Amino acid sequence: MILALEGVRARYPDTGRDALAGVSLGVSTGELHAVLGPNGSGKTTLIRVALGTLVPAAGTALVAGRPAHRWDRRALARVAAAVTQGEEMPFPQRVRDAVLLGRYPHLPPFAAPRPADTRAVSEALAACDALELADRWMETLSGGERQRVRLARALAQEPELLVLDEPTASLDVRHEMELFERIRGLVDTRGLAAVVITHHVNLAARFADRVLVLSGGAPAGSGTPGDVLTRETVERVFDWPVTIQTFDDRPQMIPLRRALPSPGST
Amino acid sequence: MKWVVLVGASLLAVLLAVASGPTRIPLAELAGSPIVRDLRVPRALLGFLVGGALAVAGTGLQALVRNPLADPFLMGLSGGAGLGAVAAIALRLPGPWALPLAAFAGALAAMLLVYRLGLVAGATLDPRVLLLAGVVVGSFAAAITTAIVSLSEAEQLRNALLWLWGGLSGASWSTLAVIAAYLPVPLIVIAVSARPLDLLGLGDEPAQYLGADVAPLRRRVYLAASLLTAAAVAVSGVIGFVGLIVPHIGRLAWGHRHRTLLPAAFLGGGILLVLSDTLARTIVAPRELPVGIVTALIGVPVFAVLLRRWVRA
Repeated sequence: MILALEGVRARYPDTGRDALAGVSLGVSTGELHAVLGPNGSGKTTLIRVALGTLVPAAGTALVAGRPAHRWDRRALARVAAAVTQGEEMPFPQRVRDAVLLGRYPHLPPFAAPRPADTRAVSEALAACDALELADRWMETLSGGERQRVRLARALAQEPELLVLDEPTASLDVRHEMELFERIRGLVDTRGLAAVVITHHVNLAARFADRVLVLSGGAPAGSGTPGDVLTRETVERVFDWPVTIQTFDDRPQMIPLRRALPSPGST
Repeated sequence: MKWVVLVGASLLAVLLAVASGPTRIPLAELAGSPIVRDLRVPRALLGFLVGGALAVAGTGLQALVRNPLADPFLMGLSGGAGLGAVAAIALRLPGPWALPLAAFAGALAAMLLVYRLGLVAGATLDPRVLLLAGVVVGSFAAAITTAIVSLSEAEQLRNALLWLWGGLSGASWSTLAVIAAYLPVPLIVIAVSARPLDLLGLGDEPAQYLGADVAPLRRRVYLAASLLTAAAVAVSGVIGFVGLIVPHIGRLAWGHRHRTLLPAAFLGGGILLVLSDTLARTIVAPRELPVGIVTALIGVPVFAVLLRRWVRA
């Protein structure tokens, strides 16, 4: 198992409550896991624990059998790559250079990029259908193009585990679908293990092998989409009435309309 | 090609500095002249090393605080160094090394204070807190400095003011030797951090997932950059703008990869300071301007132009 979280409890300093409580997640190669939950349910905290930037207060988080926070960061970056939310670009750079950052965990301190690194960058760009973007400046890219480039950078790390935090945030339907198809393809063809954090119930249900639903930091369900994404669970976790229908043998959620209390009445 | 130009310009700048000065020495006699041997050569070389050190420190700090306006002297070091130096002048501490050592001690004290304040938010130096702490510590030291200066006699006051604006007139082979022995360690510390510094631009969390160990990286680079600045200020006073401007020129010409940017900044800083010092001691010869005035007179317009380009982009 490439990633194994067992009974993880995590808390940020100076907060009164646990950001994660009793969360377990096991991910093997060739599997796509989705972590679902509303805003503030602990999804991003889960990534921090899984990739060793937050030490769990209880439980274990193992990457390839070793506690995540004990890994040397460079060594861990050769095994696990992440596409996170919110990234800064203080200085302008071209797409090819941005993807080259993914080779850093493989490069000796003073060495110039070797032919193998240049090749890995081109292959990663090709895998994300972004070769034609290679010479563009990062800040000229659209949202969908930028996510492709960041996925390419993660692939350039040549990881066994890929973690994506809300990768489709602010993307339109076509780019959402493209991104999930691409991740699914990478998992199926290269034997990658992938964990996708998202609040898109339907995309998770369509593409993931297994889903973990979080609510207030605690697990609210874990298993195949068909087992977990029932009307009761989804309504309870997202606090909105829904109906669940089946499409392609996968559950799909349709949110129902509900009248809001009018401003004047109490 | 760029490197050939930069190395060539470095040699030319040093040669120009050695060949020019208030005393006219024919080119053929340069090699044999005691003025050249004992004054100009060590001064030019010291200027080059100090300029290079300041530019590398500035480059490192700008990456560290993710703020293109960071300058080694914005971090409170100049205030601390100035306080140390002015105290040494006011107390009439004897010996040629009293002033540089007092300035160095003042800069180190300021550095440790800022560093400690920067850690209030946890083990990772918070860039915003670091900048604020630098400004606050610098202002506090400047207030005490001004108090000492206002209570000093006129001659002391002039010396202190001149020192604060920087100058390389104290250069000698022995100061050069001390600096040449001191600089390599902090320079190497920053150089081996070149790749993680590139990553830091993305933000702390993405940098960590790409293999940078952010908390120790910040502490290491901050301390190394501060040690470079403290040494520079000890031998040559507060020379502003080199550490601010040169990294920007380097980024425009070399891109922002620190592996090439850091050596380019070192050479560029050396060139700028040697040329500025040559101007400082020739335009009003036989008197001398503090070199910090020249770097400011060159640096401010260059910076204004850069700022316009930067804002437009």
